[in-house]
Amino acid sequence: MNNIATLLALTSLFLLGSSRLSLAINMVAFQGFLIGILPLVSGHGFTLEVLILAATGIIMKSIALPHMLRKALEKSGTKREVEPYISFGASILSGILLLFVSGWIVSRLTQDEGIVSSSLIAGFFLLFTGLFTIITRKKALTQALGFLVLENGVYTAGLSLGSEFSFMVELGILLDVFVGIFLMGIMLFHIDNEFDHIDTDRFDALSDLELPDLELLNGNVLNLDQELDEEEGAE
Amino acid sequence: MSTLWLIILFPILTGIVTLFTDSHKIRKILLIVCSVLHIVFTAFICLGSITPTTESWFCTDALSKIFLSLTSLLYFGASLYALTYLKPDEEGEHVSDFHDLSFLRNKNAVFMGCMQFFLSAMTLSVLSAHFGLQWIGVEATTLASTPLIYHHRNKKSLEAAWKYLIICSVGIALALMGVFFLAMAVPTQVEFFTPRGLSKFAGYLRTDWLQVAFIFILVGYGTKVGFAPMHTWLPDAHSEAPSPASALLSGALLNCALLAILRVYQVCAEVPAVQALALQLFILFGLVSMAISGIFIMHQADYKRMLAYSSVEHMGIMIFAFGLGKAATAAALFHAICHSLVKSSLFMLAGNILSAYQTKKVEKIHGLLRTMPITSVLWLAGFLAITGTPPFGTFMSEFSILKVAVESRNYLFGALYLLFLVLVFVGMLTIFSTMALGKKMPVNSEGQPIGYKDPELRKDGTVYEHPLQYITPIVFLAAALFLGCYIPEPVLQIINEASAILGGKAL
Repeated sequence: MNNIATLLALTSLFLLGSSRLSLAINMVAFQGFLIGILPLVSGHGFTLEVLILAATGIIMKSIALPHMLRKALEKSGTKREVEPYISFGASILSGILLLFVSGWIVSRLTQDEGIVSSSLIAGFFLLFTGLFTIITRKKALTQALGFLVLENGVYTAGLSLGSEFSFMVELGILLDVFVGIFLMGIMLFHIDNEFDHIDTDRFDALSDLELPDLELLNGNVLNLDQELDEEEGAE
Repeated sequence: MSTLWLIILFPILTGIVTLFTDSHKIRKILLIVCSVLHIVFTAFICLGSITPTTESWFCTDALSKIFLSLTSLLYFGASLYALTYLKPDEEGEHVSDFHDLSFLRNKNAVFMGCMQFFLSAMTLSVLSAHFGLQWIGVEATTLASTPLIYHHRNKKSLEAAWKYLIICSVGIALALMGVFFLAMAVPTQVEFFTPRGLSKFAGYLRTDWLQVAFIFILVGYGTKVGFAPMHTWLPDAHSEAPSPASALLSGALLNCALLAILRVYQVCAEVPAVQALALQLFILFGLVSMAISGIFIMHQADYKRMLAYSSVEHMGIMIFAFGLGKAATAAALFHAICHSLVKSSLFMLAGNILSAYQTKKVEKIHGLLRTMPITSVLWLAGFLAITGTPPFGTFMSEFSILKVAVESRNYLFGALYLLFLVLVFVGMLTIFSTMALGKKMPVNSEGQPIGYKDPELRKDGTVYEHPLQYITPIVFLAAALFLGCYIPEPVLQIINEASAILGGKAL
């Protein structure tokens, strides 16, 4: 269990430092596999239900979803870099900082129990890395990856806290996460078609600021107004 | 297996059939049949004929009943409205969604199918008592409603849908973390992981874990409710979604997420230390949401965004009232009912205006009173209702909340609350009056408007309004008006019962 927790933390650090999107997807797929075998080694025994959960988890998180994201990446063409707002070195440094923060939080939370669970630390660390990735990466695809890591973190934390719900609830949670990322995958294809890019920092059509005023400075008011009207007409 | 599963499963079935159906007409019939069946089931549940067989999954207490009947009623209204709102596709009226094995082929089929999945998910989240099951329900509402927001298939709706999916999913993932922490707070002898099951063992709950759990769940589900500053997805999603979907998102979905927070609060209310923290956070989130929405409603250029911000404001009012406790709890529940009725009508009316003028810009719309007589009168009535003007029900609830604030000597909170209400009133007044009053659209010699694309004016200079476009808003606004004058005994009783569950007093 401790080994897996360490591996999980390492995969997330690696994710923060990797510049190639395909590598990042592979890392998350590997992470999904680790998460899948976590219930098998966490001492719940090998009941049929645990096996089914593990198998479903592995199939969804380390095979199906990464495959879909790879397809989306292939389709999006040339730009395969992660494109962060924060440099990779700084990302890794922040990652290490986040690891310390997770350790501190867990030691605070479990001070009454007197045990510091390494997998709980890993859970928190994954959660923070996921959030960090969503915030600091430009591409929509990286945001989907970040969400997957975040979910992995929540799942790991839940498992290490030993808060087991019944089989059906666990399965339902897995299914929800799967459908969520599946939807994100479908939308990635559409984002690619609509915008010719999958960068979220160019998501600026919706805002409380009025765009035409800004464009006035650039001197192409007419074009933009027409464009807006056309779009509204399409609705 | 409990009969309650039926009310959750049948919309999924009809939804799947809808996706695979080729005919627009059959899809419309299915949509209506589904909503009527849902109302019938809801009636049975409210009358107490259908009750859960075991305590471990579902509960049908007063709180569930209120929010379930709201969901069911709003869904019926929205599906009636959707009948006229959805125009059959030119290319694919007779194509089912999975034609040629490609997804999202026919956008009307996807919309109607997802409406029904959305209904099922909302029902699950409202009826479930088990915290894990409830989480599944709330997350499922996000998933089912994303395609609804993406209905128009253009850049803006895609952006809105992506933001919605990412921000809400992250929020709800945090709530799941909270649910795990909640399980840590529970001693092992607890039989049911439900609000009632935990309240029985209130003395044995571990306060520190309960506090952490509550904060995670409040922030997590709060993202979905749209509390500021986690509300950023809300104006985009509500303004880009087609109007029947906006009506449901604003009127029904926000309530479902609010109920999820209330369920955890139900446990916290039994532990004094945690309750104090919870109430403070409620008041804080409430006031911040009201302030931020007030600022953004001022000079808002887009009338659907204005309505969306108004939803943030009203959710703020409710959570503020829950934070005050006592009789304000009952007032907040009453406010939830009135707000849902009024806000969903306003979104439908906004849909009428949008489909006539093809623009969401306030500045481009004048003289509604002349061009769309019925819609504009209702639009003004809706304005009075949403800003809490007497004699609408919203006035009753907002006034009772203020009364509790003053009685409990929270003068500062009361003053801020009043200030933000006034701010919103002024902001909305300018927008609504600009749109309703003024000259009508300029027309050329053939009687067709200049500078606008679509509105087909008839000879008397008005736009044709289909009865289905205004029948629901009329009924809902009339109900809100009626509730302001007289609250029927059964309604009052169920509100007081629900208020007692949350440790509040009667209205």
